[in-house]
Amino acid sequence: MNLLQTLFPNIDDWGELGRACIDTLLMLGGSLLLTVLIGLPLGVLLYLTGNGQLRPMPKLYAITSLLVNILRSVPFIILMIVLMPVTYFLVGTKLGIRGAIPPLVIGAAPFFARLVETALREVQQGVIEASQAMGASLWQIVRHVLLPEARGGIFAGITVTAIALVGYTAMGGAIGSGGLGDLAYRYGYLSYKSDYMLVTVALLIVLVQLLQMIGDRIVTRYKQR
Amino acid sequence: MIRFVDVHKSYRVDGQDIPALQPFNLDIADGEVFGIIGLSGAGKSTLIRLINLLERPSGGSIFINDIEMTALAEPALRAQRRKIGMIFQHFNLLASQTVADNVAFPLRLAGERDADALRQRVDELLARVGLTAHADKYPSQLSGGQKQRVGIARALANRPSILLCDEATSALDPQTTASVLELLAEINRELKLTIVLITHEMDVVRRVCDRVAVLDAGVIVERGAVADVFLHPKHATTRRFVNEALPEEAASELAPFTQVPGRILRLSFRGDTTLTPALGRVARETGIDFNILAGRIDRIKDLPYGQLTLAMQGEHVDAALTALREAGIEIEELHR
Repeated sequence: MNLLQTLFPNIDDWGELGRACIDTLLMLGGSLLLTVLIGLPLGVLLYLTGNGQLRPMPKLYAITSLLVNILRSVPFIILMIVLMPVTYFLVGTKLGIRGAIPPLVIGAAPFFARLVETALREVQQGVIEASQAMGASLWQIVRHVLLPEARGGIFAGITVTAIALVGYTAMGGAIGSGGLGDLAYRYGYLSYKSDYMLVTVALLIVLVQLLQMIGDRIVTRYKQR
Repeated sequence: MIRFVDVHKSYRVDGQDIPALQPFNLDIADGEVFGIIGLSGAGKSTLIRLINLLERPSGGSIFINDIEMTALAEPALRAQRRKIGMIFQHFNLLASQTVADNVAFPLRLAGERDADALRQRVDELLARVGLTAHADKYPSQLSGGQKQRVGIARALANRPSILLCDEATSALDPQTTASVLELLAEINRELKLTIVLITHEMDVVRRVCDRVAVLDAGVIVERGAVADVFLHPKHATTRRFVNEALPEEAASELAPFTQVPGRILRLSFRGDTTLTPALGRVARETGIDFNILAGRIDRIKDLPYGQLTLAMQGEHVDAALTALREAGIEIEELHR
């Protein structure tokens, strides 16, 4: 404890730092789960309705694609501010973990959907043709062919999205969503306590490393086959 | 019975219709092995996909056992497709599933949920294709020939009456090709399954097919029993395929026969005539002389055949030819 105090003289409440860690993890977990739940079907829709795919629907594809591109082209910090009324409508607050999750999901789901679309396009056309020849319905093809065959790519996409979400949660600190970014911003930036900045950045690096390691493990497990 | 009635197919590319198959009629009988041979781009891949409607014809009707496939709605078509197995050049197995799960896949698609029934049927199928020991492996752990055997087991799972083979041996080495073809012939014999195969190798046709259609630029230019087409090819494309299968024959066609004295004849023997000493007998009886320029004895599926190119001399060549024809030998005069 003495050593910590010497190294980081400005950090007087380590408990607050711990809570901030937990907040970040909660925001990350909650938003990642919802991002996958929304982005996966959205990605499948993009894939299926695309030109030359299983259910080409040019208009639906164009609209979905445009929406996804719009959401992806707005910088997250601005998206968060723009979405505040929506956030308030959805969860009844603009602040804290709950206030952070809607913009995080709306920001990340389109991104993840594109990654899913790309992963699905990697599935060999021949395998899809073979399952059609076996009398598979569209739903059976999605459920039993596309998703299992693309799962390596999908897990890689989840990893990339989770890491992007870590960055987004930290940005959320600027508008009062709590977590590590909030600490870094309030103490490290506004109050010039650079040791706060150092510790939060170190913690974020560790988090990103962990996510990448876990993600890589899952992906290699499936890619071997 | 598979029946094509006035079927044609064209693809729309940049607002223009590019014909892939010119209008044609074709019947494929139950239980036969029917080969479709053609160069790449000839339309054979489109033709085989018309059977299970992976490709829709631009016009005409396709019947399978008197069911008009082209008139079926999606769910009924899916049900019909389950009765048509298909194997592919690149196998198209699910990389994420084990061999056993790949074979069980069409059964699951058809709604089979009972684990014991699934396992029993999968075991049966894997035993048929000789892969019992590999049930729990993944496709990436298998050789090409083994992958195609998994493909065959999968295609047979729902007890189809038709098996479509899309260049099934084109990605395999000659030995593996031979063993896969043997397996197909065995399946055809034992399960009385109709097999339609497309290939660019005449040798594949010669080894397993009963009848063949030769496809050239979207047109069926020649069709018939393999022995007829093989021994007496009429169309230039067919001749090219046959010559590929008989390299020495091809070489002999170029030989300067004009320098050899006598009449140049090609004798074709089929079945039992291959095994009788007719040529020697006729030569003795008519006093002609002959000189063998080229020859080959082989089998077309189960039918032994021989083909000899001879230069024949003597006073009674015509009498000899009549006697040979009477003995069941087919004769073509190449040069006089």
